[in-house]
Amino acid sequence: MTIGVTVNGKLYQDECDSVSLLVLLRDHWRLLGTKNACAEGECGSCTVLLDGELVNACLVLAAQADGREVTTVEGLADGDRPNTVQQAFLDAGAVQCGFCTPGMVLAVSDLLRRTPDPTEAQARRELAGNLCRCTGYQHILDAVRLAAEREAGAR
Amino acid sequence: MRVLRPTDLPTALRWHAEHPVTPVMGGTDVLVALGSGRLRPATLLDLSLIPELRARRTDGNVVRIGAGLPYTEIAERLGDPLPGLASVARLVGSRQVRNRGTLGGSLGTAAPAADPHPMLLAAGASVELVSVRGTRRVPTERFYRSPGRTARDRDELIAAIRVPVATGPQWFVRAGIRRGMTKSICSCAIVLAGGRVSVALGGYGPVPVRATAAEEFLGAEPAGAARLDDDLVDEFGRLVAAAAEPVTDLHATAGYRRHAVAVLARRGLRAVWRRRCGEGPR
Repeated sequence: MTIGVTVNGKLYQDECDSVSLLVLLRDHWRLLGTKNACAEGECGSCTVLLDGELVNACLVLAAQADGREVTTVEGLADGDRPNTVQQAFLDAGAVQCGFCTPGMVLAVSDLLRRTPDPTEAQARRELAGNLCRCTGYQHILDAVRLAAEREAGAR
Repeated sequence: MRVLRPTDLPTALRWHAEHPVTPVMGGTDVLVALGSGRLRPATLLDLSLIPELRARRTDGNVVRIGAGLPYTEIAERLGDPLPGLASVARLVGSRQVRNRGTLGGSLGTAAPAADPHPMLLAAGASVELVSVRGTRRVPTERFYRSPGRTARDRDELIAAIRVPVATGPQWFVRAGIRRGMTKSICSCAIVLAGGRVSVALGGYGPVPVRATAAEEFLGAEPAGAARLDDDLVDEFGRLVAAAAEPVTDLHATAGYRRHAVAVLARRGLRAVWRRRCGEGPR
């Protein structure tokens, strides 16, 4: 069965419907911003939005993405201009090795969409599914705060 | 590997009866098993396009939850009729997993440590199983058989879970190595309804169980009611811990589990009692 997935506004097609969405994104379509680490839903490095909902791409059956919209980290910036969350990660020094960053940025964007002014406890709870093996969590939480303040200022 | 994608339940049941298939809904368990090679099916039966599996409705004093309703929806929309199950749903996995994972999936996999089992047992939930042969309801007490095995026959699908609307305090806690995104070492659910305490355990023995001896020990509401006697609470914890043979695995020893579950049970009994007496939230 041919499946079609709109990724960051562009239609991608494939014949392979029984792999994970992550395999399609990275191995078939060469969209390498989405990372692959544990491939079992523990680490969150493959986090993407599926029809606006935060998911682990490694746990989505490719066939289930047919006809749906996916946003990956490549779809966040406006050309060369990082979005608010990306800029906050840069300014807060929340990027160390960078491997968890794409998933973190998507998870934080999703958190701020639902909860514009999260407490630190809320942010920690909501980011439980995204692991940073550099253990740079404090700077990531600083970035959440910075992004929340800037988005509140822009409203 | 082939993927079949029925869009209605009768078609799914026919295909399920005719072919050996592995059902998949959110994929949070199935994709892990496929990745590790534990599961090598020739055919997957994708249930995600069947609208009735995602429905939820209240029939009198029972909430019928479609097997394919994601945990996020249970957490956000069922807190009023089912406070216990909603609180469990908020603890399952991560946000990413809760957006995809379902009760039907957890019951289909029946991993002993999965979070929802103790609350389903303590709340007196039943599982609605469907096949081309018809529909039947199995109380969760008779659903779990041995690790990973359930009362579901090979041609059956889990259509829904029926959970009685809460009439009193409900409480759930799990012990794990961290607060979020953790596998429970043991967990305990306590439900107070109709003047009786129900208590069930997960991640403790080989299968999730009700601690019936502890329930019978308390019987009807302990006399005095306003305050729980310390000896009574201790004995309750001891009986809960004796409800099953604890297991030793990578995550904890049987001895630790036996200790921890008694602590959780005592804490839980005091918590539901405080709420019953009007202190704190329901």
